[in-house]
Amino acid sequence: MNVSKKTVTGDGTNNSATGNRISVLVVDDDPIIRTIHKALLRRSGMEVEVAADGQQAVNLHRMGASYNLVFMDMEMPVMDGPQATRELREMGVESMIVGVTSRDLDSDIQAFMAAGLNYCFVKPLTIEKVIPLIEELTGNI
Amino acid sequence: MRPVSEKGAKEKATMDAVAQLQRQLVDYTASLFHEGYLDDQFNQLRQLQDESNPDFVVEVVTLYFEDSERLLNELTKALQQQSIDFKKVDAQVHQFKGSSSSIGAQRVQKVCIAFRNCCEEQNIEGCNIFLQQVKHEYTLVKSKLETLFKLDQQILAARVDPGSHVIRFLQA
Repeated sequence: MNVSKKTVTGDGTNNSATGNRISVLVVDDDPIIRTIHKALLRRSGMEVEVAADGQQAVNLHRMGASYNLVFMDMEMPVMDGPQATRELREMGVESMIVGVTSRDLDSDIQAFMAAGLNYCFVKPLTIEKVIPLIEELTGNI
Repeated sequence: MRPVSEKGAKEKATMDAVAQLQRQLVDYTASLFHEGYLDDQFNQLRQLQDESNPDFVVEVVTLYFEDSERLLNELTKALQQQSIDFKKVDAQVHQFKGSSSSIGAQRVQKVCIAFRNCCEEQNIEGCNIFLQQVKHEYTLVKSKLETLFKLDQQILAARVDPGSHVIRFLQA
C-alpha cells in the first residue's frame, strides 16, 4: 500500500484553529476523484488533505489532526466510509462529515447517513454542492 | 497611415493562424459535447484549470487513461475465468463508471450502466458484448480527447513562438 508519510501522520497544518481557512479531509480510494475534489476545494479557498481509505482517515485523527469538514467516500478497501464514520464519531469527532457516493440506492444512502453523516452527496462534487457547506461552516466559526 | 512592415505582416499571419486554431478547438470541443462524448462534468474540470494549476485537465485525464487501461485489462481477465466472479466484475464496472463520470466521459458511463445490468443477471454473453462496447467507447473518447489536447498544445506553441511577438498580444 502506497501511503505517503504526510498522509498518514498529517503535517500539523490541518488544525482548524490556524487562520480562517476551512480545513478539509478528502477520503476516497479513487486517485482521480481525490485530484478533482482537492482542486475544487482548494479553488474554493479551503486547505485540503487527502486519505486513500477509511483507515487512513481514522489514523490521521488518532494522531491529532482535526478538520472542519470531512468528505467520506462510501466504498473503499481496508475500511469503508460507514465504518470510518462510525469510528470517528465514537472517537468524539464532531467535524462536519459529508458522505460522497456513486451509489444511488436510497437504502445505501440511509445506512451511510445512519453511521453519523451530516449530509450525503452523489459524486462528483461540484461547486454548487460545496457552497452551502461553506456557508454553514463559516456561519458557525 | 504607416506602411505595413515585414515584421507587422509576420505578426498578423501568426495571429491569424492562432485565431484559426482557436476556432478549430472551440468547434471541435462543441462537437464532442453535441455528440454526447463529453458532458458538463468536463466543463467543471476546465473551470478548475488556472494559472496555479495550468495543466489540470490533461493531468486528470491522463490519470483516467492509466486507470482505465488497468481496469479494462482486469475486466478482460475476470471475464475469461472458468468460473466468473460476477460480483468482482460488477465492482470493477462500477469503478469504471465512477471514474468515467468524474471526467465527463458520458458515453462510456452509459455503457457501464447497461454492463452492470448484465452482471446482475449473471449473463455471460451480455457481459462480453458490453465489454467490447465499453472498450470501443473508451477508445473513441480517448482518441478524441487526445486530439483536443493536441490542438490546445498547437495554440500554446504558436503563442510562445519567440519569432512571432504574438505573446504580447495574447497574454492578458
